[in-house]
Amino acid sequence: MNRHRLLAIVLPITGVAAVIGLWALTSALWVDNLPSPARTWAASKPFLLEPFAKRGEMDQGILRFTWYSLLRVAKGFALAVAIGTPLGFLLGLSKRFTTAFDPVMQILRPVSPLAWLPLGLVIFQKAEPAATFTIAMCSMWPTVVNTAFGVRSIPQDYLNVARVLNLSPLQTFAKVLVPAALPYMFTGFRLSLGIAWLVIVAGEMLTGAPGVGGFLWQEYNSLIYEHIILCIITIGLVGFALDRLMNAVEVRLKAG
Amino acid sequence: MAFLELDAVCKGYGRDPHQVLRDVHLSMKKGELVAVVGRSGAGKTTLLSMVAGLVAPCRGEVRLCGRPVRGPGPDRAVVFQNYSLLPWLTVHDNVRMAVDRVHPDWPASQRSDKADEYVALVNLAAARDKRPAQLSGGMRQRVSVARALAMEPELLLMDEPFAALDALTRGTLQDEVERIWERDHKTALLVTNDVDEALRLADRIVPLTRGPGATLGDSITVDLPRPRDRRALVRDPHYHTLRARVVAQLRGEAAPGVELVPDEVAA
Repeated sequence: MNRHRLLAIVLPITGVAAVIGLWALTSALWVDNLPSPARTWAASKPFLLEPFAKRGEMDQGILRFTWYSLLRVAKGFALAVAIGTPLGFLLGLSKRFTTAFDPVMQILRPVSPLAWLPLGLVIFQKAEPAATFTIAMCSMWPTVVNTAFGVRSIPQDYLNVARVLNLSPLQTFAKVLVPAALPYMFTGFRLSLGIAWLVIVAGEMLTGAPGVGGFLWQEYNSLIYEHIILCIITIGLVGFALDRLMNAVEVRLKAG
Repeated sequence: MAFLELDAVCKGYGRDPHQVLRDVHLSMKKGELVAVVGRSGAGKTTLLSMVAGLVAPCRGEVRLCGRPVRGPGPDRAVVFQNYSLLPWLTVHDNVRMAVDRVHPDWPASQRSDKADEYVALVNLAAARDKRPAQLSGGMRQRVSVARALAMEPELLLMDEPFAALDALTRGTLQDEVERIWERDHKTALLVTNDVDEALRLADRIVPLTRGPGATLGDSITVDLPRPRDRRALVRDPHYHTLRARVVAQLRGEAAPGVELVPDEVAA
């Protein structure tokens, strides 16, 4: 038992160390422009040690940038959930609606954020709403698909209970459909949030808004490559944390 | 006027309207407990679903107190074979859902008390706050019975309620259903494939012939005194006479012979 616990700690550390080693080796031997781990750490220090500092528009602590990005993601994700959930219910409940709109959705689903963003800029004429629009357009699909699937897989038994109890459509919706589909909806929300976080970098790159993605792009243009790596690691860690968080909520829901 | 009447009811799911049930006539008095006994797949659940209003007959009519049944209604409660409890609600809340429907005008505390009353009636007070997943099959079916009773229905419909339970639990639940039924003599229709269960509980047994195109045979009145004790019944010769008559009808034999050790229906 103790051995297993020890391995559970030692093995992931070994994995991280191996990747850092490979990174150091690559930067030392093969790619001159790739900053070494040590240089990355040195250059990142001011951003990491004062994570909430604000020295200028594009010179802020990394957590402050993260916070801006998270706010942007929250807005886009909220919009995605607000549109995606009802859409999913309609698809799950109505065969005709599905037949009518499924092809359109299948076509819109694979469109890249890099394609939506210029359209958002054309429509809204401003960077912020364009970013929100892009995040929503890209991230709502898992919510739509999973909600529809959840509604479709509600057992006929539950619907029979609603019918025998003579519940009104609204009561059936609130007391049977939503609780029965909730675990599936949450799977959708978790996947949507993951995509929303994925899209933020592209959104901020193109709009130049302050945030992790905007900072990354600016530092690329300023030839400070160490900060690109700092941003990548930050984005990865935050994305991982968001997924764990949603997963914890989902597990609790499914257990209840 | 009959309380419940099935008038020349036919049902099929394909093109043939007689595919499952043909020309079914049944008439029930108020306060009567009637058991429809038939093999698996004979159309028992279809018959019950039509009375519940979950399924419409292809021909003929189901009438309750003279009014044709057009859909489900709170006057008919169903105890489903697979319990059909809502897994995200506790025992109390599953029952409470029915109370809320019947007494929307009551204050919340009164509705909650009423739900507790029904939970206690099926001896589940200790499991009040458990969810269905934490309960055994027998306990789940008790919740389902409590929920059905909480609808305060005119007619209680039971769709092979104990078929999924082990023999011992089934016996206990039959005892309980009989005890509850003795209390207020609620009109009830039970469908089952278990002849002994029907003899334990019913005032009258109506055999359903072998499908497809099944129909109801002649009623057999179960004039055994109540309360019926399982152990005493086995030694009662009249019980065996009745049992033989039911089994004979299910087999499609014209003259009911007396068998002292009848085979199972499915045999």
